[in-house]
Amino acid sequence: MKILKSLMVTAAVSLALMANAAHAENKKIALVVKALGIGFFEAANKGAQEAAKELGDVEVIYTGPTSTTAEGQIEVINSLIAQKVDAIAVSANDTDALVPALKKAMDRGIKVISWDSGVAKDGRMMHLNPSSNPLIGNMIIKLAADNLPEGGDVAVLSASATATNQNTWIAEMKKVQGNYKGINVVTTVYGDDLADKSYRETQGLIQSYPNLKAIIAPTSVGIVAAAQAVTDAGKIGQINVTGLGLPSEMAGHVKSGASKSFAIWNPIDLGYSATMIAYDLIGGAEAKPGAELKMGRMGTVKLDDNNEGAMADPFVYDAKNVEEFAKIF
Amino acid sequence: MSKFLKNRELLLVAAIAVLLALITLRFPAFVAPSNLARVYNDTSILIILALGQMAVILTRCIDLSMAANLALSGMVAAMLNAAFPGLPIPLVILVAMALGTLLGMINGALVWKLDIPPIVVTLGTLTIYRGMIFLLSDGKWINAHQMSDAFKALPRDALLGFPVLSWLSLLMIGLVFLLMSRTALGRAFYAVGGNPHAAVYTGIDVGRTRFFAYCLSGALAGLSGYLWVSRYAVAYVDIAAGFELDIIAACVIGGISIAGGIGTVAGAVLGALFLGVIKNALPVINISPFAQMAISGMVIIIAVAVNARAERRKGRVILRKAEAV
Repeated sequence: MKILKSLMVTAAVSLALMANAAHAENKKIALVVKALGIGFFEAANKGAQEAAKELGDVEVIYTGPTSTTAEGQIEVINSLIAQKVDAIAVSANDTDALVPALKKAMDRGIKVISWDSGVAKDGRMMHLNPSSNPLIGNMIIKLAADNLPEGGDVAVLSASATATNQNTWIAEMKKVQGNYKGINVVTTVYGDDLADKSYRETQGLIQSYPNLKAIIAPTSVGIVAAAQAVTDAGKIGQINVTGLGLPSEMAGHVKSGASKSFAIWNPIDLGYSATMIAYDLIGGAEAKPGAELKMGRMGTVKLDDNNEGAMADPFVYDAKNVEEFAKIF
Repeated sequence: MSKFLKNRELLLVAAIAVLLALITLRFPAFVAPSNLARVYNDTSILIILALGQMAVILTRCIDLSMAANLALSGMVAAMLNAAFPGLPIPLVILVAMALGTLLGMINGALVWKLDIPPIVVTLGTLTIYRGMIFLLSDGKWINAHQMSDAFKALPRDALLGFPVLSWLSLLMIGLVFLLMSRTALGRAFYAVGGNPHAAVYTGIDVGRTRFFAYCLSGALAGLSGYLWVSRYAVAYVDIAAGFELDIIAACVIGGISIAGGIGTVAGAVLGALFLGVIKNALPVINISPFAQMAISGMVIIIAVAVNARAERRKGRVILRKAEAV
């Protein structure tokens, strides 16, 4: 009797396993975000679904905690391990806290990558940055130059003088300045990411440089304040404000003409690329320094010594697409 | 000469004049009348806030929560406008001021009824008010395109050649001046700060007077909240972060004694203008941002040092013993 029972159980289990094997053709890729309900990540999911459709045999599980905590993400990751997903692509709430859970996942053969907000090197196979410092530095001056065919004076409005990312981008910008003929970067001023100080610094720029043609603000507070100051000074059309900003924050200023275009990463592309890379890894590609991983329509990403890679140039937003993206983030 | 040195307001006017002269050496266009009007306009919000802070400091208290109050009232005004764009702007301003007053009343009540030191109370409410903005807005920004045109236009509209923002600050200066010089409450502010014990003997309720000082600073912070948000056309959790220190600095430079009881409306206005001139001049005279911070700090220390000297006065004999017969 007992033997019969155990036989039946074995049969049931092996049947279930077989069913599983038949089903396993659909690869399960989990897109773990910082928290559900954030426009930026909903947009990333849109890109991931697009990638799944393109690949055909992929099921994307879009998940994350309800608030942006590392604890919540660890729970989510543990349940994904139990579900035996094929890959996890995570935008982490904490660089180090997720490492043990993700290591466990990798031990079980799950491919783990991080995107947008990275995990420490031990906890992932590779990290996908939305862009890279040289690409950003080049993009911000290109945005100014594209609207100045005859060249002219351009000023930079940064955050604080000690902000590492800002200084790196500006240094990268200056390296490629020679490629843009006639563009003359006159000065860099610091608005400390305060609306009032950025506004005042912009007024100062307008006074000090009467021939100023563009202001590059690679900071979301600065670009909004500069656009408002240019509007108030009646300089729309004479001075173009550009740099890095969010579509929802810049929509009004693009509409008024104070800013012709600006850039930031495109979350749709980011979700798409993360899914494509995860698929490539499931397919046997190896994430090691120097390796090139496939990202579908986004081309390939080359990994550096830390197994990190940059997706693409920042995405340009202008009057044509800003309204659409303003609804997303 | 020594009499001149003792008059803080004249001293400040002279200091501002010297400052303007120095700036002109490097950037002559700064003293053009149109630019000076622009500088005044830019300083208007600081002036309004300094008036409120002055009343509080006069009563030997301090209000560290003013900038947080401004940010919360401003966020509520912006959210109200975003949700109901048809709402008349004066009503929005009224709501912002009412909320600001309420937040001021909370400070005042804690200082009055629970007798907690003002610096502790307002340090606490500063964080609470900032936190409330986050809860209310979910950390999201209210952006230019979500605000109605009327909401953004009011401070910029020109009236007799000057923006409404400038006129509003002049109106507030006038009102607070009348309050200080012509009403019992205004005199009570000085009495409470000058000598709380003596004030009690003259029948002044010290706690209640402080409560009203906080109401005033709250109402002015609420008004400034709307003005700030509409001027910069953006509202988020961190607006005016650290601005409470500028407000207090303006008062200190203006000769308002942190020990209470000494200070004038003119002093607060001039102190704010002094800071306003520096803030607007630094971007155009082309000096490093690190030097800018050092200069701002140095000016405050010098002002306090000068004031401390002026305040060192001899005790007054208020009761003379009857001459021994």
